Amino acid sequence: MITAEEKRVASLFKWLMQGVSYAVFMAGIAYFSVLPVYEHVDPSKAVIKLAFNHAGELKEKCRRLTPEEIQKLAPNMRRQTQCGRERLPIEVELYLDDQLLYRASAPPSGLWGDGTSTVYQRFVVTPGSHLLTVRLRDSYRTDSFDFEHSERIELRARQNFVVGFRPETGGFSFD
Amino acid sequence: MGSLKRALRFLFQRVEYSFDAFFGPALNPFVNLGSLGWFFYWIVAASGVYLYIFFDTGMVQAYDSIEQITNVQWYAGGVMRSLHRYASDALVVVIILHLVREFSLDRLRGKRWFAWFTGVPLLWFIYACGISGYWMVWDMLAQYIAIVTTEWLDTLPLFGESIASNFLNNASITGRFFTLMVFIHIAIPLFMLFLMWLHIQRLDNARVNPPRALAAGTLISMIVMSLIFPAVSQPPANLDVVPAVVNFDWFYLAIYPLLDVVPGGQLWLAMGAGTLLLILMPWLPPQRNKPPAVVNLDNCNGCRRCVDDCPYSAITMGARTDGALFDGQAVVNASNCVACGICAGACPTATPFRRATDLVPGIELPNFSIASLKEKILESTAQLQGADRVLVIGCENARQVSSSAEPDVGVVTVPCIGMLPPSFIDFVLSRNVADGVFINGCREGDCFNRLGAQWMRQRLAGQRDPYLRRRVPRERIHLCWLGNGRKKRRSRELAAFRVLLRDLAVSNDNGGGKAGG
Repeated sequence: MITAEEKRVASLFKWLMQGVSYAVFMAGIAYFSVLPVYEHVDPSKAVIKLAFNHAGELKEKCRRLTPEEIQKLAPNMRRQTQCGRERLPIEVELYLDDQLLYRASAPPSGLWGDGTSTVYQRFVVTPGSHLLTVRLRDSYRTDSFDFEHSERIELRARQNFVVGFRPETGGFSFD
Repeated sequence: MGSLKRALRFLFQRVEYSFDAFFGPALNPFVNLGSLGWFFYWIVAASGVYLYIFFDTGMVQAYDSIEQITNVQWYAGGVMRSLHRYASDALVVVIILHLVREFSLDRLRGKRWFAWFTGVPLLWFIYACGISGYWMVWDMLAQYIAIVTTEWLDTLPLFGESIASNFLNNASITGRFFTLMVFIHIAIPLFMLFLMWLHIQRLDNARVNPPRALAAGTLISMIVMSLIFPAVSQPPANLDVVPAVVNFDWFYLAIYPLLDVVPGGQLWLAMGAGTLLLILMPWLPPQRNKPPAVVNLDNCNGCRRCVDDCPYSAITMGARTDGALFDGQAVVNASNCVACGICAGACPTATPFRRATDLVPGIELPNFSIASLKEKILESTAQLQGADRVLVIGCENARQVSSSAEPDVGVVTVPCIGMLPPSFIDFVLSRNVADGVFINGCREGDCFNRLGAQWMRQRLAGQRDPYLRRRVPRERIHLCWLGNGRKKRRSRELAAFRVLLRDLAVSNDNGGGKAGG
């Protein structure tokens, strides 16, 4: 036979354990909502980002149409030249202290290959003084690159250094 | 698949029985996971509305406004922000537990596929919502999330230009970005609400509110935690600096570290395949469906009880097709009917006392008729002897008492305990078929067919039609809601019940007389 006192103790114990359950659940929620911390990049390192969009030259050079070809076109569609839509991929190279970090050919976007080429790369490097060289080819040229920039840079730990490309302002930008 | 389900079921049982001891079956958080999910959703929504009033969608103002909310009005805004975060995290926990538990209990196959099918995509929306929320704070964590998320999105062949390029430096971000984030962060929860509504469409009496005591306990503990350990921002975002080490919300971001080791495209593929596999679970392997309930118009008077009691919204009232002068007739939607038989248990014509006509109720299962239930009861009790003869009527989803292990015990198993019309208990006791009836159902609050055990309790207590008649001696009925497991306790309850029956017999012999007979 369970006495009233035993019932009271059992009830108190249940309440206590309910409280403990709520506390453990909420403590778990609060803890894992911020901890443990995650190290995405070694904090003693710096990051170089090579990121830009640029359209390569047209794959086919524009051709002047002959008078006969123009004549065959509908009157409202007549034009002097015919140009292909497809663009060349762009060739990119990035060197850090004469060591190759990245070399790639970025294809043009779009179903017809007529959009811009996109480059987005992230490199984790050691901070300090470095010679950074970047080259880009966007034409049929084979002997050299169309754009090139080389500069000595000072990188701090956790610095985010961006290498961009804006042909309208002269080519590569180091930020 | 079967062994995985069994292992998970065993694990849940162990944990849940421990919680039963402290919370009781009705307040056990594990049997209220779905409704707790709804509850956390509403906490997130209400706190979100409050935060939105004070949130500023400017490049610098976003961070500053949240700092104001957190620090200046810590007693209101700070608590709301913490509730917003903790309830979002708790939502992830309960939803994943809910999914795994329903999988382990096999409550997803056959006609029950719909809730699972509509529930799985909700996971994507919950994550999209949580991640976009962190983005809006525009602290170091937001910066990390912005960069990694857009880099990951760039691996999809959907965008012409890199969207990660928008987060190269501070100059590339404007207030428009935060306006877009606010729109996403509000639009997704609204669509989530629609999906949540869809999720419960094939469930009648869906539990969308947890028991008050459980809700109060959870909310109070969440408020206390918000005061002790408030949610705070990390240093403000600065795109010139790498977010190298960040405090992480592992509930929402656990997948992000994988992106440092697995190519983004492969991770999309794995997650897409995983989602597809989850969605197809109800058909892996396909379940052979039992034939749905059938309506016998000769005995259906259109009383609606089966409509009210069906847990799966499988029965509606339709126009009378036989010309009888009743208001309507029950119509079974075969694609929703899981053949639990609860409708037959609710039918007032399912009574074994009928003699003039065949025992055919207004609605019943074709492969487990009410007439066959009567036959089984008579068969299983025919050989019982003594003063403690017990008829165990048990649910097929709960472990049964073995008739071979227990002398003078007859066992009849039904698809769901809610299928048993109360008049059968009256029949067994008044016709002296057995000395006692032991009702063996699923664990309290956790009926396999959702509402069968609840309706049974209410019918016996005289709170729901069809009632158990008052003349039936309640002391000769034992309700055992233990579900699977707890074999020893079930045996102990049965033994104690039989002792009680013997005592009753002795007192009757001493002049008490047998009640109700």
